[in-house]
Amino acid sequence: MVPLSYYLLLSGILFVCGVLGFLIKRNIITIFMSIELMLNGVNLSFVAFAAHWHALSGQVFVFFVMVVAAAEAAVGLAIIIAVYRTRETLNVDQVNLLKL
Amino acid sequence: MFHLILFLFFGAICVAGAVNLLVQSHPINSALSLIAVMASLAAEYLLLGAEFVAAVQVIVYAGAIMVLFVITIMLLNAGKEERSKGSRVAILLGVPGVLIGAVLVAWTLLQRSNMQAAVPIGALPGDPADIARLLFHNFLLPFEVTSVLILIAIMGAVVLASRPEAVARGARKDEG
Repeated sequence: MVPLSYYLLLSGILFVCGVLGFLIKRNIITIFMSIELMLNGVNLSFVAFAAHWHALSGQVFVFFVMVVAAAEAAVGLAIIIAVYRTRETLNVDQVNLLKL
Repeated sequence: MFHLILFLFFGAICVAGAVNLLVQSHPINSALSLIAVMASLAAEYLLLGAEFVAAVQVIVYAGAIMVLFVITIMLLNAGKEERSKGSRVAILLGVPGVLIGAVLVAWTLLQRSNMQAAVPIGALPGDPADIARLLFHNFLLPFEVTSVLILIAIMGAVVLASRPEAVARGARKDEG
């Protein structure tokens, strides 16, 4: 038997890696992948709690998170393509039209 | 014991992939290590007895979403990431803040480490029939709302990714 906290720790590590990637990386696609990593970390804790409390609703919620992630990936990548078409760059520091 | 070994093995792959995503400078390498993370997460879901979620994880995440990412990287011909002077504040405040938060969460979790994610190996409580019963009875309204969400996302993706002049031409055709 694996303690619940191990699963939650793994989920936390994945989430922290996602946050760090979001802060450190400068490529817009890699930043987007870090967001997916965070979503995956949260999904793992959903499934772990579902197993712990013997409640299947947690797994249904993972299903909904996946749907939202898929919609977000489709729209986000379309936005990235639109940004690349107008700015000719994938570096977030050069997409600074709204900056003071 | 066997359960713990499997957990540690796939967990190590997960963490290694996540760290590799941060270290690599080429986006395609990051994407491939993210696929490794997602595949080993599917194995972790199987260890927790979530059979259906594991299958969906492989099909939707490691399959569909990552194919979308890889195709975008190849379409935009994304090269090595340039190291530019980003916001210093984000790194100076953000990284220590994140690490302190992570240590706090880990410490809190380990204080309560007697809770078990009690699924014997080979038991699969999350089989598709039970999930479907829950999804189509208790969660019917959210399920239908997500279908509308997917539809809107598809239309948004098509509008955003199509060339602006093509959209304008389509509008003119509608008027005329």
